[in-house]
This record gives sequence, structure tokens and C-alpha cells, in this order.
Amino acid sequence: MESPLTPYLPMAVVLLLAGVMAIAIPLIAGLLGPKSMTTAKSEAFEGGNAPMGSARQRFAVKFYVVAILFIVFDVEAVFLYPWAVNFRALGWFGYGTMAVFASTLVVALAYVWKKGALDWES
Amino acid sequence: MMENPWISGLVYSAVLVTVLMTAIAWISWFERKVAGRMQSRLGPTLVGPFGLFQPLADALKALQKEGIVPKDADPFLYRFAPPLTMALALGTAAVIPFTPHFLGSDLDIGVLYALALSGMMAFPIWIASWASNNKYALIGGMRMVAQGISYEIPMVLAALVPVVLSGSLSLGDIVEYQHVNGWFVLWPPGVGLGAFMLFFTTALAEGNRIPFDIPEAESELVAGPTTEYTAINWTIFAASEYGHSVITSALASTLFLGGWSGPWLPPLAWMVIKTSVLFVTITWIRWSLLRLRSDQLMALCWKYLVPFALMLLLVAGIWTHVRP
Repeated sequence: MESPLTPYLPMAVVLLLAGVMAIAIPLIAGLLGPKSMTTAKSEAFEGGNAPMGSARQRFAVKFYVVAILFIVFDVEAVFLYPWAVNFRALGWFGYGTMAVFASTLVVALAYVWKKGALDWES
Repeated sequence: MMENPWISGLVYSAVLVTVLMTAIAWISWFERKVAGRMQSRLGPTLVGPFGLFQPLADALKALQKEGIVPKDADPFLYRFAPPLTMALALGTAAVIPFTPHFLGSDLDIGVLYALALSGMMAFPIWIASWASNNKYALIGGMRMVAQGISYEIPMVLAALVPVVLSGSLSLGDIVEYQHVNGWFVLWPPGVGLGAFMLFFTTALAEGNRIPFDIPEAESELVAGPTTEYTAINWTIFAASEYGHSVITSALASTLFLGGWSGPWLPPLAWMVIKTSVLFVTITWIRWSLLRLRSDQLMALCWKYLVPFALMLLLVAGIWTHVRP
């Protein structure tokens, strides 16, 4: 009965229960609530005026810069996790290795900073 | 664990979700009371003694309202976002040790799982804002994703400090370690406190709370990603936000404040006290501070918090080797 996946069971059930509950409640509400849909009601809210065009337009490129920065630094953070768990076993050698790795990312951060990618308005 | 892991797992999960949902309902009452007092008002008073039945009245009202799906919205994604946000908000609770034995999944990657779910909270918000086909919602959603992924990095690095010190990714083990060696907020002197403050700050940003609630800046963006959500769907979003705050408070208590460890009182009492103190602090901050500007928010994260987090990590590493 005890498989290595057993500890994951409560986790999966909590995720499932919360999701199913959040699906079931709106279904009940759909049965209880009134249904009187009108055109004005079904339009997107835009300060009271009729909506102008689709909302799905191109947006500022700075959001992409944030996304790229996130990927670079999040991969770094993921690499740090196995290192942190085996920290004691790796000793000063492991510490030095990771300090070098982290310092390359500090250099990257300094470069990005100097290039102005961290300044929102530029 | 009990005899049958399936039954005990199911029972545990059902109890946990029920308790959390009940707690979230009355936390909304509590927050409204605190908000009222801080603004020289009374808050809810009419429904039941001290307005204690207000959450029930709110839930019943929301259930009877018409759920509107806007005509230009993507109907499937629009309905899919609330359940997803609820599942992700409550899912973290499964790995948090509330007492030494009341612990759903003692995963050996508990910290990673909790942080992954927290990071994934950007998805339902983005789905909601995209599906709504509303300009305010989309602007709010973009800000939310940018903020969420930026603050995730200092958060992940701050959570690494307890991992380095205790040498385990299991939340159960981290609390046991603190039970024996002292809470991480107290040692290493300064480093633990710094990591705790950093984690708490980034958790505020991840949970989209003031002073970091730029995505739903109501004075400019109506309600941000949830602008088009009405009735019970909106309530699920609001409940998930409270749930996320509570569970992040519990996670911060587990990682830095020793979780259930403490003298005299039973473990569960300590866990509840620590989580409540953190949650009250979040509420207190919400009704005291102003909102930051979007560029200030990004600058704070990348220019100060990320280097600070890396520095904390390096110092914590030295400390671990020097004083094993």
C-alpha cells in the first residue's frame, strides 16, 4: 500500500476539492440566480461608454523585458535549490562553486541595470 | 499516518478545506471590522451579534445574483479562472505542518511545491484578465504578471535561507529543526530576521496586497483583472485572495517563526497564533499604507530586493559552515 507517491495524495485531493468546490458553487448560483441578460449588461465595462474595439491589442515591450529577466533569474534560483539541500555535504568547495555561479548573475544584473532595463520609463 | 493512507488522506483534505473555507469567511468579517475601526467606523453590525453573521449573508446574496458572462469574453476561460485560483490558493495548505502530526503531505520538496503554487497564481489572474476582453482587466492582468514574476525571485531566494540552514526542503523537517535549534527569525542574528522581512514583503506583493496592489488599483483600473466578474465568481476570487494571504502567513510562520514550536501551549495553538499575528499585520498594513507606483515597484524588486536576497543567502551559507 505504501508507495512513494502516497504522501502526494492529500495534496492532490486538496487541489481537487478546492477546484471542484469552486466549480460547483457557480453552478448552484446559476440555478438560483435570475437570468435577464440585456445587451448593455453583457458589454465590457469601459467607464459607462460603449466599448471601443477589442481589448486584445499589443502592449508595451517592457513587459517582455521583465519576462526575460524573470526566466534568467528564476533558472538561477532553481539551480540553487539542490545546492542548498546538500549544503553541508558539499562544504566550502560547494560554497565557492555556487558563489562563483551567483556572482556571474550579479554581473548580469549589473549589466541589465546599467543598460536601463530596470528603469520602467525609458 | 493511519491504517489506510487513502482514507486518512481524504479525511485530512476534507477537514482542511472545510476549516480553511470557514476561516476565510470569518476573516472577511474580521478585516471589515478592522477596516471600520481604523477609519472611525463600526464595520458590519447589523447581521447577528457584532455583525458576526455578515459572511453568511454575503455568501447567500452572492449566490442569488445573476452571473454575467460578457458577450465578447471567452466563456470557457472566463469560467475556468475562478476554480483555478481557488485550487492554487488552497493547495499550498496541504504541505504546511499545523502540528507535528496534522500534516497532509510531508513532501520532501514541500518548500518548492509551496513556492511553485504561489508562482502559478499569476496564471488564473492572467486568464481572467485575458478572457474578460476588457481593457482595464487586461492592463491589471499585465501588471499582475509582471509584479508576480518579479517578486517571485526574491521570495524564492528568501525561502532558500531556511533551506540552507536546515538542509531540507521538507516543511516538516524545517519546523523540527527550528524546534531543536531555535526559530530562524532569531538566528543567525540579523540574517534570519532579514530573510523573514524579505519573505513577508514579497509575499505581500505576490498576494497582491497593499502597498503592492497595483494590478487592481481601483482609482484607475476599476477592479483590475476582476472588473468583469460578478456575483459568485467574483466572490471566489475575493475568497481566494484571503485564502492566499492566510496560507502565505502560515507558510512564513513555518519557514521563519518555528511553525508549531513554542512553549506551554499546544502546537496547534502556536501555529494559529503565529499565522494570525502575521495576517493581522497584513490587514494593518493594508489600511495604513498607500499604493506604490508601478515603476517604483519594479525598481524596489530588482534593484534592492534581489541583491539583498543574494547577499543574505551568501551570509547564511558562511554561517552554516562556520557554526554547524
